[in-house]
Amino acid sequence: MSASILRAENLHLWRSERHVLKGVELTVRGGELLQLTGVNGAGKTTLLRALCGLNHLEEGRVYWNDQDVRADRAGFHAALVYLGHEPPLKPDLSGVENLRFWTGMRRRVTRAAIDEALRSTGAGGFGTRPVRTLSAGQRRRVALAGLLLAAVPLWLLDEPTTNLDTEGQHLVATLVDAHLQAGGLAIAAVHHGLGIEPARLRELNLLA
Amino acid sequence: MTWTWFHRLGSPPYIYRLAGRLTPWFGWIAAVLLLGALFDGLVLAPPDYQQGDGFRIIYVHVPTAWLSLMIYTWMAVAAAVGLIWRIKVAHAAAAACAPIGASFTAVALVTGMLFGKPMWGAYWVWDPRLTSELLLLFLYLGYMGLRASFDDLQRADRASAVLAIVGIVNVPIVHFSVIWWNSLHQGSSLSLTGKDTIATPMLIPLLLSMLGFTLYFLAVVLVRLRGEVLRRERAASWIGEVVAP
Amino acid sequence: MPEGLTPPLTAARLVITRDLTLAFRRPEQLLHPLAFFVMVTTLFPLSVSPELSQLRAIAPGVLWVAALLAALLALEFLFRDDAQDGTLEQYALSGQSLTWLLLGKTGAHWLLTGVPLSLMAPLMGYTLGVPAAASAGIMVTVALGSLALSFIGSIGAALTLGVRRGGVLLSILILPLAVPILIFGSRATELAIRGEAYVAPMELLGAIVVLSFTLAPLAAAAAVRISLE
Repeated sequence: MSASILRAENLHLWRSERHVLKGVELTVRGGELLQLTGVNGAGKTTLLRALCGLNHLEEGRVYWNDQDVRADRAGFHAALVYLGHEPPLKPDLSGVENLRFWTGMRRRVTRAAIDEALRSTGAGGFGTRPVRTLSAGQRRRVALAGLLLAAVPLWLLDEPTTNLDTEGQHLVATLVDAHLQAGGLAIAAVHHGLGIEPARLRELNLLA
Repeated sequence: MTWTWFHRLGSPPYIYRLAGRLTPWFGWIAAVLLLGALFDGLVLAPPDYQQGDGFRIIYVHVPTAWLSLMIYTWMAVAAAVGLIWRIKVAHAAAAACAPIGASFTAVALVTGMLFGKPMWGAYWVWDPRLTSELLLLFLYLGYMGLRASFDDLQRADRASAVLAIVGIVNVPIVHFSVIWWNSLHQGSSLSLTGKDTIATPMLIPLLLSMLGFTLYFLAVVLVRLRGEVLRRERAASWIGEVVAP
Repeated sequence: MPEGLTPPLTAARLVITRDLTLAFRRPEQLLHPLAFFVMVTTLFPLSVSPELSQLRAIAPGVLWVAALLAALLALEFLFRDDAQDGTLEQYALSGQSLTWLLLGKTGAHWLLTGVPLSLMAPLMGYTLGVPAAASAGIMVTVALGSLALSFIGSIGAALTLGVRRGGVLLSILILPLAVPILIFGSRATELAIRGEAYVAPMELLGAIVVLSFTLAPLAAAAAVRISLE
């Protein structure tokens, strides 16, 4: 991946009458992780969704590789993956089936690649069971495999370590680190640090 | 030059003040026109040779029916403008139109029923024009119901805008129903291009009535528009200057 | 379209496959609209008259009203699950055209609700005194009408996402738009029952179907994006 860069200038957003984003600015380059911190309700999720284009920005611009994202929404979306609070997994489908559909939206993916991804997130043992039989932590591991399979430069993560034990949190750090090393970039809303080395780390604290 | 004017229309304080200034004019002229139309239509115009005096209800029925369609069209256009260019004043205008349009539709239906009894012998028939006009009323009510179901005003504006735009298909159906199908309802008496099929002494009060009701609509919608603008601009700074605490 | 991205038709096919797979993992859910259809149809002989000759006269209307109500019931669940678990969000962020994805989704919904209804309709028609020879005509007309209904209904379903008691509001919103389908559909069914040519109303119904599956997904996509904001 050539050097990617995400830039946001002067983002303003209102939710009903609450001024949630007040002139937010950020820059993230390939190989960097931006950690979003702030109390509940400060606007971390809102900012992530606004960067994707899900929430409408009253003012401000977002630039992906120096191009205004509004000029090519589809292209921007094809370069990012967003993982919200709840992993988007269908309870009645297995992990493998879920990933086949989720990734298949973007590109062809082989069963071997899915299995490989599940193994690297520690979900290899339960990939073929229906997701409703899995614990919250196991579901998150399946969702993380989906992140790997997306094979996109920009990761937008909303509290990626939710429901994970210490080993799981370490897994997230490893995955993010590998992604950064390959030149990808990530923005993560977190409550405590992911444990990425300071050289790659940027921080943005949102005030309520 | 024209675009500055358009942009000014999108400015809530400007619209608020403009609406306030225009309302009394529209209101008083409407009152004069409607009184004139009433007098002319009820007293001066000769009775119809077939229907006697019963036809006079058209002086209320025709304008309200015509306006019920026009108001929906304007509402849909305003909603589209608000949706595409995200202009709050446009959404306020659409919201302001809806209850008025619904009322006019209801009046058109009721006056139509009162007309229908002596004309066709029945208060209601399921003919294409009446049915599609009834559907128009349901569309208005659905629009208002959808708006009311959201707490977030912005979502209410945008969702109801989609509904208003989708529902526009009904307007040509109502209008052309008398041409496309065999309808009990009579065809158009007024034409922009062809010859009018209605006698002049009956036409004058009808035109006065149309104009009067239209100005009445404008007066009322501007009052409602101010209210809707205030609702959307509650937190803005200019509110303090125009609204006394 | 971004290069390397799955083509829209393939993505739509994936959506259909996924929805069909999910539906067949919980087949009981498919029976609810059918059961409702059967129950509503039986209300008429019970409340109006058990006379077959009278029932035969009102059969087209009864079948269509019952099918419409059953379809409205089923529409409530078109987007509900996907909205709740974040799937709709992922669709909007997939780089795919949301319009195509919703086209697939609504098509799958019709396969799961409209088609079973159209297969059940001649059976219920028989209980209302309709000759068995009219079965094919009934099936075709109800199938076509329910297709248009699914698409038009998808707009209402998208608009009422997340609204409390959204089901009732959905029905109120859709009803004015569904009336033309009802009118032409029941007219076509009536002609089919009498053994006459029903091509004319079918053509109008067909026109409505074409209009709805080309335009409705656009409106539904706009409504979905609005609900995600």
